[in-house]
Amino acid sequence: MFEDVSVLASVLDILIPGNGSGKAIMAAVLLGASCGLLGCFVVLRRVALMGDAVSHAVLPGVVAGLIYSAERSPGVIFLFAAAAGLLGAGLVRLMMFSTRLKSDAALGIVLATFFAFGIMWQSRNQQDTVGVMNFLFGNIGSIDASDLRMMLVTTLILVVTMFFLRRPLLMMSFDEGFSRGLGYPVKILDGVFYFLLTFSVVVALQAVGVVLVSAMLITPAAAAYLLTDRFERMLLLSVVFGVTSGITGGLVSAEVNGLPTGPVIALSATMLFVIIYLLAPRHGVLSKVMRTFRRRMRVRRENMLKAIYQIHEGEGFAHEEVSVMMLARKRGQTEEKVNKDCRALLSRGFIEMAEDGVSLHLSRLGWKRAMEIVRNHRLWELYLTNEADYAEDHVHEDAEKIEHILEPGIVRQLEQHLDFPELDPHGKPIPQPAHLVAQPSAALS
Amino acid sequence: MKTLEYITLPWDVLGLGALWLILMAFFVALPCSQMGSFLILRRMALTGDAISHSVFPGVVIAFFITRDLASPWLIVGAGLAGLASTVIIELIHKWTRVKQDAATGISFTALFALGVVLMELLLGKNVDLDLECVLHGRLGLLLEEDRVLLFGSLVPIPVLVMAGVAVFTMLLLGLFYRVMMLSSFDADLAASYGYRPAVIHYGMMFVVSFIVVAAFQAVGAILVIALLILPGAAAYLCTYRLKVMLAIAALHSLISAVGGLYLHVWFNSNMAASVVVCGGILFLLAWLLGPVDGVVWKWFKDEPPALEESSDNAGNS
Repeated sequence: MFEDVSVLASVLDILIPGNGSGKAIMAAVLLGASCGLLGCFVVLRRVALMGDAVSHAVLPGVVAGLIYSAERSPGVIFLFAAAAGLLGAGLVRLMMFSTRLKSDAALGIVLATFFAFGIMWQSRNQQDTVGVMNFLFGNIGSIDASDLRMMLVTTLILVVTMFFLRRPLLMMSFDEGFSRGLGYPVKILDGVFYFLLTFSVVVALQAVGVVLVSAMLITPAAAAYLLTDRFERMLLLSVVFGVTSGITGGLVSAEVNGLPTGPVIALSATMLFVIIYLLAPRHGVLSKVMRTFRRRMRVRRENMLKAIYQIHEGEGFAHEEVSVMMLARKRGQTEEKVNKDCRALLSRGFIEMAEDGVSLHLSRLGWKRAMEIVRNHRLWELYLTNEADYAEDHVHEDAEKIEHILEPGIVRQLEQHLDFPELDPHGKPIPQPAHLVAQPSAALS
Repeated sequence: MKTLEYITLPWDVLGLGALWLILMAFFVALPCSQMGSFLILRRMALTGDAISHSVFPGVVIAFFITRDLASPWLIVGAGLAGLASTVIIELIHKWTRVKQDAATGISFTALFALGVVLMELLLGKNVDLDLECVLHGRLGLLLEEDRVLLFGSLVPIPVLVMAGVAVFTMLLLGLFYRVMMLSSFDADLAASYGYRPAVIHYGMMFVVSFIVVAAFQAVGAILVIALLILPGAAAYLCTYRLKVMLAIAALHSLISAVGGLYLHVWFNSNMAASVVVCGGILFLLAWLLGPVDGVVWKWFKDEPPALEESSDNAGNS
């Protein structure tokens, strides 16, 4: 048994690099892996601030470890830190369970009191706790081989446990009641979760520091959450982001004299988050703005087509062309604005300009789309008056919005439901894009 | 050492200085305790946490420009940074599917990290504002600060400043008590009386930022949150009535100021942390023995609760 352990230990020792920067990079990798994995659950379970509370609560454990282990063995420090973190998490649960205080107050109390206790104890034993600043703001350069061995073992335990428990833990993150119904031991899993959370905080401790561990837990996982909808991919991305910011922060803080590592790592994680926040393909802000903008432009174009159709209709389809001036009057806009919209329609092949440049006519495609929009509008008005008992003069605004959204399938259902109507509630004919060839003007295009 | 010596020890060691330390700790803790009580009721305890972390870069930048720790621009900078943190939280959770708690975490860790990095880059090592001060506060250095002569005794200037802050906060509280009470318990009712919820919210956030900055120099960025939450939470476990709760919170801050001084002298430990630890012990007592929520009373269900005010349960909502 003991031989196995020593064999394992020697295998681990091979993994640990000799030179300083190699150690720092390995620490960053371990930190990114453990915090990245746990962070995904933290973000999904909406217990982000629990991570904050646990990370502050480990401080008295660190101080105790520094005082009571003469040779500052990382194992002892980690043990004390983990115990303090678990005690903090347990107290939060107990406080919420036994009093009227809500989670925010319970978290804040544990966070601040534990932290204060740690600081008080540390200030009393100044000379015994020289290294405490490294634990407060992190110093990736101070991590030596024995620290790394400890981090490696902890990360391994964490990864293996996560691998076997990922499905129940995931289930619990999304729906606790449902997973209880499936027969998962929710209370035990919850305990395991907080156990792992404390472990990941402890792994990150020496690199990032007590104060900013929660940045490592939350920020990479939140960035990954914006990039994908699949959980496995989120885990992977979150680990990658954690490792990247760990390495970047470690290198920068080693380069610039006197910068504590923790804040630099937190800032690089934030930078990654900002980039993804802006540029993520589906959940990013820019793509959302672009989507809204494109939708608004499409609605503008379609309203333009509708206006052209209505002008033709008002003239009994007598003329082939409408002038820009008429359109401007119909839309209540300036001619420049109408011209701009016309160019957009032209580039999409909905209209063709006449040679004089001030009048235009619809292309075949344009006729089809214009008729569809007008049909959607009038069908919906009819539906609202006939089926939903709206007054005739109250249906226009509603139809104005839905005409751009209705899909062909729904239109067909509406037509069937209304028994293929020909007139809308105001007595105007409902156009039939399917019979486009029969339209007088369309034949010309 | 005899028991009596333990009790007189601070006065023997520090003389009149002990009084100044107690007063200073009390004047820092009092406004925090009052605003913190409202934060507890509004379930915004962690907003206090976020603000106390995120005012830091504002303080650093303002200090870099003015080079004066007493400058009022520090408060302006801190207020702006606090505002920035709330704006960032909104930006993240309104625009993406990241939830409020994670958004809060991202925002305040980023701002706090920015503050530390800026401090190291802009200010270097040779200034009053350093990492020690961020964590521990300058409460312990109070007796070395400049003094002015007032009523025949030399009063440290920070005590006067904090006394001003405390009086100002209590005045605000007296003026807006009704509005704040109403909007904390029933925001809709308050809105129907014409009190704008957004104005009240941001007004309170501004006052909290103001107090946090004032307390920041004394107790450090992280211990501020303890002064904000602990008194209110302990008082919340003792009563159902808001006025009683505020009174108990004030008492809590007084006792922790005195107790903190004793811990500080007995254990030769950091003064600010000692005040908070004493507050934590008081909270523990309230948790165990509090008339309303005491765990001990709940264990002995047969015994009647010490205080029966079920008819007047304003604190229940």
